[in-house]
Amino acid sequence: MNLIDIFSRQRKTSLISLGLMLMILPWIISHGFESGNSYLRAFDMALLFIMLSLGLNIVVGYAGMLDFGYIAFYAVGAYTYALLNSPHLQALLPAWMMYPPFIVSIILAAGIACVFGIMLGGPTLKLRGDYLAIVTLGFGQIVRIFLTNLDRPFNLTNGPQGINNIQRVHLFGLDLGRPVQILGITFEPVHLYYYLILFFCALIVVVSLRLQDSRIGRAWVAIREDEIAANAMGLNTRNIKLLAFAMGASFGGISGALFASLQGFVSPESFIMMESVMVLCMVVLGGMGNIPGVILGAIIVSITPEILRDVINPLQMALAGRKVVDPETLRMLIFGLVMIVIMLVRPEGLWPSSRRRAELKPQTKGIALQEKDDMQDAERNHD
Amino acid sequence: MDIFLQQIINGLVVGGIYALIALGYTMVYGILQLINFAHGEIVMIGAMVTISCINFLVGHNVNLSGPVLLTVSIAMAIPVTMLLGYLIERVAYRPLRKAPRMAPLITAIGLSIVLQQAATMIWGKNYVPFPAILPTDVLEIGGASITTLQVAIIILTAVILTGLFLLIERTKLGRAMRATAQSPDVARLMGVNVNTIISMTFMIGSALGAIAGVLVAANYDQAHAYMGFMVGLKAFTAAVLGGIGNLGGAVLGGILLGIIESIGSGYLGDLTGGFLGSQYKDIFAFLVLILVLIFRPSGLMGERVAERA
Repeated sequence: MNLIDIFSRQRKTSLISLGLMLMILPWIISHGFESGNSYLRAFDMALLFIMLSLGLNIVVGYAGMLDFGYIAFYAVGAYTYALLNSPHLQALLPAWMMYPPFIVSIILAAGIACVFGIMLGGPTLKLRGDYLAIVTLGFGQIVRIFLTNLDRPFNLTNGPQGINNIQRVHLFGLDLGRPVQILGITFEPVHLYYYLILFFCALIVVVSLRLQDSRIGRAWVAIREDEIAANAMGLNTRNIKLLAFAMGASFGGISGALFASLQGFVSPESFIMMESVMVLCMVVLGGMGNIPGVILGAIIVSITPEILRDVINPLQMALAGRKVVDPETLRMLIFGLVMIVIMLVRPEGLWPSSRRRAELKPQTKGIALQEKDDMQDAERNHD
Repeated sequence: MDIFLQQIINGLVVGGIYALIALGYTMVYGILQLINFAHGEIVMIGAMVTISCINFLVGHNVNLSGPVLLTVSIAMAIPVTMLLGYLIERVAYRPLRKAPRMAPLITAIGLSIVLQQAATMIWGKNYVPFPAILPTDVLEIGGASITTLQVAIIILTAVILTGLFLLIERTKLGRAMRATAQSPDVARLMGVNVNTIISMTFMIGSALGAIAGVLVAANYDQAHAYMGFMVGLKAFTAAVLGGIGNLGGAVLGGILLGIIESIGSGYLGDLTGGFLGSQYKDIFAFLVLILVLIFRPSGLMGERVAERA
């Protein structure tokens, strides 16, 4: 199914019902479960991860460039937001730069992350496949190491402690850090943030969808499939690859800024390489290059550990009667196993795009038939 | 000058270890064109099993000298890691050989999470000290001091590397491995059992990884359930620096990276006027890697891969 169909008239009803469902979801979660609000927090994080994986999907899924340092852009966005909206740099920055309107912070976070994206993309244009992967990995490490150590000679990032006291979002005269009463219903901060993040998430989904079928989107796919051929067709592969890095990075930056405002503090701990790997897992598990698949992957990878956290201990108690192993360890162990099993059962991802599924169709036909298929494929690709 | 020599020696020791691990990555890459993401965990488990063996033997009053004790323990750890290497290939790589390239990457990451957590279950989350069974004499060479352990590490690494090159260049197994790396299909036509060769490659790499893990633990006097990640990352960087898939490149990359890192951490502070301290040594390693790759996109000794038309 192509999600773009959702925008056609027939799909309007399903879109509206999906929207309504997402709007009332926080109420179901906070009132339906005992530890509802912590689940809702997990959902807030899941939405952030959806944005991240959609951003990475542009680089990895569309343009086919393996990126192991993607979390660096998330970090850049988060720190940009944190520095502008916390007392940390108050003594250094002029007063008019501090505590800008929320939307300015977001745009700046996206912009600076975008600059970092170009900084990474520029020198590495020539690199391919695994060589690019290791350079992006190194880039992610470099950003993290700087964040950890830039507390001297001049205290920019406050080192390993990170930046605290980040101001909550103020939007339309509303303080998102405080419960609000509207029409007799109390909205907790965690609800308000849910709606804020949901809005940006929806925005990014729409942008991704529109990009996918645009000239740029098709150019990315062309480069992924065959860079030389794409070049020969007159595509400026350099600019298009840089654009992929820049777009992906700015999605990461927006998501990072929201993360900083949700969390109230940032520290280098949140941006270790394992996080990059997790986002990559979301993209690949869900189905590279397919937006609904990537969203599904992000939800599964970010929610599963949270659910396991609550399930494992009671289960362990019921089965063995005591705490046999550390639940945290067991949780990650099961998580690793889940990843392996999903990938073994569905190597193309849980919800691959139709193009990818066609490419990976099991080749059980006779050679003659297969050749005929190949010819047809080739013809179709020439269209 | 003596400080410089000291840094070179330290770098050589660490670099040799990196080279051993990098070979594990590069051998697998040469044959499958895939990164074995769980290799770092193999290194960690090699170190952990060896330490447990030594502690067990010492605890049962086995009266052996330190080096013999260590050798016996390594000999017990190697089969464990070889079995694990075999299992990694069977579980994470073989079922996905025809799948998209990303799929085995994810299964290997999943396996490495599983191995890491299994190790925390067995050995706990704290640092495990390396038993003090080795002599700690210090030799003085031209103003630089080098421990007997470091000498042993350098010699051992050299011996193993020579052995591996003889294995690959002079034996039937080695020829089969080279053939498989060049073209699995043609190798199969020539009567090479490609599956066996791929398994063997993982197992040899894992054996090297186990030895390297023990050397890392001995060099830093400790081991940790999460040590595999950083060591693996460095070694993988080394493999790419040298040109991944190329055995000589892995050795060159490993030794270079070790020396660069050790010189970097020694002189970075002076070079940048105190702005960047030794905590930036990891950055230094990555910066060198990025610079090398900008000018030689397929590593120092990597062959220029023909671009797919």
